[in-house]
Amino acid sequence: MTTTTTETTAVRGAVGTAHTRVEGLAKVTGAARYAGEIPFAELAHGWLVVSTIARGRIRSVEAEPVLAMPGVLAVLHHGNAPRVDTDYVGMLGAPDPTCAVFQHDRVPSMGWPVALVVAETSEEARAAAEALVVHYDQEPHDIDFAGGHPDAYPLDGHLPAVAEKGDLEAELTASAVVLDAEYTTPEEHHNPMEPHAATARWDGGRLEVVDSNQGATWVVGELAKLFSLDPSAVRVRSEHVGGGFGSKGLRAHQVAAVMAATVLQRPVRVVLTRRQMFSLAGYRSPTSQRVRLGADPDGRLRALEHRALSLTSTVHEFIEPSAAVARVMYDADAHHTANTVVRLDVPTPTFMRAPGEAPGSFALEAALDELAEKCGIDPIELRLRNEPEKGPVSGLPFSTRNLRACFEEGARRFGWADRDPRPGLRREGRWLLGTGTAAASFGAGAAPSTAVLTAEADGTFTVRIAAADIGTGARTALTLVAADALEVAPDRVRVRIGDSDFGPAMIAGGSMGTRSWSWAVMAAAKELRERLALGADVPPEGITVRSDTTEAIGALAQKERHSFGAQFAEVAVDVTTGEVRVRRMLGVFAAGRIVNPLTARNQFVGGMIWGISMALHEEAVRDRASGGHVGADLAGYHVATHADVPLVEADWVDDPDPDDPVGIKGIGEIGIVGAAAAVANAVWHATGVRHRHLPIRPDRVLRAGTGRGSVGERDAGHRR
Amino acid sequence: MALSTSSAITLNINGEKHALPVDHRTTLLDALRERLDLTGTKKGCDQGQCGACTVLIDGRRAVSCLQLAVAAEGREITTIEGVADGETLHPVQQAFLDLDGYQCGYCTPGQICSALAVIEEHAAGWPSAASADVRPEAGVPPLTPEEIRERMSGNLCRCGAYVSIVEAVARAAAVHEAGSAQGIGTQGIETPGLEAGAAGSVGTEGAA
Repeated sequence: MTTTTTETTAVRGAVGTAHTRVEGLAKVTGAARYAGEIPFAELAHGWLVVSTIARGRIRSVEAEPVLAMPGVLAVLHHGNAPRVDTDYVGMLGAPDPTCAVFQHDRVPSMGWPVALVVAETSEEARAAAEALVVHYDQEPHDIDFAGGHPDAYPLDGHLPAVAEKGDLEAELTASAVVLDAEYTTPEEHHNPMEPHAATARWDGGRLEVVDSNQGATWVVGELAKLFSLDPSAVRVRSEHVGGGFGSKGLRAHQVAAVMAATVLQRPVRVVLTRRQMFSLAGYRSPTSQRVRLGADPDGRLRALEHRALSLTSTVHEFIEPSAAVARVMYDADAHHTANTVVRLDVPTPTFMRAPGEAPGSFALEAALDELAEKCGIDPIELRLRNEPEKGPVSGLPFSTRNLRACFEEGARRFGWADRDPRPGLRREGRWLLGTGTAAASFGAGAAPSTAVLTAEADGTFTVRIAAADIGTGARTALTLVAADALEVAPDRVRVRIGDSDFGPAMIAGGSMGTRSWSWAVMAAAKELRERLALGADVPPEGITVRSDTTEAIGALAQKERHSFGAQFAEVAVDVTTGEVRVRRMLGVFAAGRIVNPLTARNQFVGGMIWGISMALHEEAVRDRASGGHVGADLAGYHVATHADVPLVEADWVDDPDPDDPVGIKGIGEIGIVGAAAAVANAVWHATGVRHRHLPIRPDRVLRAGTGRGSVGERDAGHRR
Repeated sequence: MALSTSSAITLNINGEKHALPVDHRTTLLDALRERLDLTGTKKGCDQGQCGACTVLIDGRRAVSCLQLAVAAEGREITTIEGVADGETLHPVQQAFLDLDGYQCGYCTPGQICSALAVIEEHAAGWPSAASADVRPEAGVPPLTPEEIRERMSGNLCRCGAYVSIVEAVARAAAVHEAGSAQGIGTQGIETPGLEAGAAGSVGTEGAA
């Protein structure tokens, strides 16, 4: 059901007007079925067993007693599981061996999958999995992450490891004002509300997997390669997805389900428990970052250095490129940024909402705020004085860069002009009040996709595209885009997504999904309209066209393509308990053409709430002795709740992408960028103390007290 | 005689009786999802920490993952599938739909069931931690955004749709209040025992 909240009779102009979600009725009535909810006859239930050591070897898996338990059908482990091929490069690179389950006896991290117990019911599977005894030969592990690790090395990830121009030390020496500070962010977990779930079955020689993922094309490609199948012999469906945030790609549960379905020749469902998600779903690496800034008295940057360390596992390389955000944001005569990584006995981290930008912007934007204080310049003015004309490192032109407009509009609405810059002055009972700001940017990209568009005989249109709506509103956005392209009302367009049989398409990731898919829909609509303009009668089976944007996207000129934004936060700090509460927050973004204001605002705000959560709550803590988490659940790992979130407002300035058919840039991630820094900067403004280590927990606030000092100068990098 | 590990029970769900044998270990949540194909109730953590599985049991909200199915026999259970009146959405559902009170939708059934209870609990005079004055003679505090946030805090939304959820609950509560003023309640949810005096003896988080 689509209800148009502005005009219901419009034939054109659906894009840019507020529309409720096309699947909204299904979601509010409970009718929307997620991956673990599709019924299958003869379904068996798989339950993963994960390692209880952080490093070593499996000596034995005592399967026999468990196989004798009621309802147990199989115990898969490294001694009997089907072999898979991991020697390939998938859509996002080589596979993380964590997903290629049960291939050897090595245990490289706590929570590593060691067995799958399959039974007739989930209760039987769980009981048997909990009863399964696995013997290990344990080895010493190292999970100790700290800045200055001797084994750290630079690593190219989705962004280059190192970018350098100019003589850093010379420019620092020549600078009137120098800031040198270390910042840390903790291990953070995606924790989508829907746990990862997959059901696999063989259907007439074809492997079918019903899954919860961010890209059916991605997962189908990985499964085909792992199991040495022709891609056409595998189908992955993922209609409704209960959040992803980067965690829902290829994971152990799909592979284990396929193995079990193959061995048992019946459908098998594997669902991760919330606790298992902490070791099997990926996470954001902790970071240790050093920022050095050198400026003239007027705040113009002469030197900018940002060095970031993150961790990865011993089995797979992934880097959190926190230092890269400076390459977009600010120019300096000497500009050095480097991302390094250290390998430890931990699970492999992965992409998590704004990978790199989220922790990197915390350090960089907090450092800018500190520099503004040192220079005696308003933090917005400092940023505007350092607005680059072109890419600071690349030298390429910006497609659009409307950061200034975001700050001007945001400052006006937030009431920034009335702000007294001095910290620690505003008191309201036991609360100290402060405000802070930060800038944001996130890359605007597009990737090749295909779409299938059918003009039906009844006058309606059907779009088929292997897109994923993980809560972004993509299904609705594509409906609006298609409606405008076809010059029909949105209620005449049906968009079907989440099925690899629809042809290859970009994943919901990198803030590139809706833009990439819309491009393919636009291309198909153009061709279909040309066909229909020729006066073709629509036969009973309809007229179908297929688009492929590979060539068009390949022809895009090289430019600095980004969204930008300005974040504002007001906090209250309880000096008696150390509690920090965000009182209001405003984000103004320049993020391309906004397709659906209703869902876009929600998504921007959601990202900003992630920033509140990152600033104040989220922190996965590992126990050095065991190598595992302390409190790997939603009671031990805090995410922002209703009571933590005040009125958060998001808005945008006009900023259509000049090279995109719809003008889209992508909005999934920029909301979190800079948000934690805005909160941290506001905490300084309230208390006079710089908090350079996230989250800003009550104990840290209490220990730091108030007054002119900074937490982090004394014992940077250590957990306190 | 060996102790039985299963029982034949009858669950009363959304006004319908369902007879089924259950493993004694089966939670109400799993009975709904895996035995009765009522998958609208969601499993987010399976340990009472996220609120996604919230249902109404005898009119009060409870996390169904911490309730054994055998213990739910004889109770009136309302799940998200029983909230609408046929094709007509409940005002809470309509408000979530109109105001975009969700993103991925996975926490939504639990948020909606919780919101139904919040509105009833508030109307019955239950205070919350956000209430400035909790003395009985202080009367019912207005259902401010702060009150809604506090009362809804057992329901996590990782997408961060909190702002629009609170707007939706406020709008639905206003509809409910208007309906009550005219002597017509919103349909569906009976709340026996929800009186101001009962607040001290019953937690507001169901099985918490």
